[in-house]
Amino acid sequence: MSDYISHDHEHDGIDRRGFLTCMAWAGTGLLWTIKGGVLASSTLAQIAKAGGQLPASDLSFLQISDSHIGFNKEANKDVTETFKIALDRINAMPTPPLFLIHTGDITQLSKPEEFDTFDQLVQSCRTKDVFYVPGEHDVLNDGGKMYRERYLKKAEAKGSGWYSFNKNGVHFIGLVNVLNLQAGGLGQLGDDQLEWLEDDVKGLGADTPIVVFAHIPLWAVYPQWGWGTSDSEKALGYLKRFGSVTVLNGHIHQVLQKVEGNVTFHTAMSTAFPQPAPGTAASPGPMKVPAEKLRSMLGLTSVNYHQGQSSLAVVDSNLG
Amino acid sequence: MTTLIRRFSLAGLACVISSVSLSALAGDAGNKNLGAKIEIKDFAFNPQKITVKSGEKITWINHDEEPHTVVSVGKKFQKSSALDTDQEFTITAGAPGTYEYFCSVHPKMTGTIVVEK
Repeated sequence: MSDYISHDHEHDGIDRRGFLTCMAWAGTGLLWTIKGGVLASSTLAQIAKAGGQLPASDLSFLQISDSHIGFNKEANKDVTETFKIALDRINAMPTPPLFLIHTGDITQLSKPEEFDTFDQLVQSCRTKDVFYVPGEHDVLNDGGKMYRERYLKKAEAKGSGWYSFNKNGVHFIGLVNVLNLQAGGLGQLGDDQLEWLEDDVKGLGADTPIVVFAHIPLWAVYPQWGWGTSDSEKALGYLKRFGSVTVLNGHIHQVLQKVEGNVTFHTAMSTAFPQPAPGTAASPGPMKVPAEKLRSMLGLTSVNYHQGQSSLAVVDSNLG
Repeated sequence: MTTLIRRFSLAGLACVISSVSLSALAGDAGNKNLGAKIEIKDFAFNPQKITVKSGEKITWINHDEEPHTVVSVGKKFQKSSALDTDQEFTITAGAPGTYEYFCSVHPKMTGTIVVEK
């Protein structure tokens, strides 16, 4: 595996150049397609350029993340409007995605009225099937009870809300890493969930494409800001034998990608507000950008991915 | 106010950390200067470590645009609910000892309270 990091000053697996390259891909929508077991993605802008023609695929789905309904600070005083715009983009697609994945932080403060607003808005989406995992903002005061009651009824979730399902030969796994966090630590899956995961994938053939989605990145993006999951290595260990593993996360409100062996990690943009690049601000709090620039930094992840090709793999691991 | 102070003293005598969310007092400007104040800014508790007397009030105020919580390691005092921007949370220091706490939303944020007699 090549090492694409040219300047790793912080020894954190991220270099500035790679990061900026990645940020240049900030767009307004991402369509995931699966053809012959290989996951690929196209931005909505690319699809529009191609005369509305979608890439030939066996399966397409869309990732949205970090809608933060209820947030009303300077970084974006109208997150409801920007979320609506994201939905409009999805509805404008000539062929709707088969389903959506929401990778957490539906709300800002876990308030019932915030969940209500989101639920009402998402109903306007042409694609009705949505699979959720919680963000820490969705489970603030009740350990995720309200979140689970609203979003996990059909998913037959286990424990604090993890589950899996199959679509068109692809195995999808939704994980929870925002509960029971420990002082000084990172995101956490916990032993019960890890045990379930090991069992869940046990009977699958190594050629089954795997898609894992969870809120906090399952790789150490920037542990100093809590951007990582303490026991993700163990989870990924159970997935090592699979030929194609794609990990989709939110939480950091910007696009980052890393390829490590057969595993590709992606983080999505928020539909609410951007956050600073790792280590570039005093804290990871909401980043204020000029009003005319805001929308260009929101949306749904914009990354192109083809297995074995890493032209857009902005961050890669050194296996040396 | 007298009644409340008496109640906290009793809790201290009982050697129980009396960590009461004093929401009723949170808006009482007259009492704010009496206790210790911890400001939450840039995902950090400032000061990160404080020393107070038993019976003294401790108030956290969130200056971030992100919600934070105050949660005792080992559940030694009552946790706060999620504090939005400018919201406060107050407890009264109980039995002498060292109390570690963190933000359960951003667990990298930690703090220490040392309670003296």
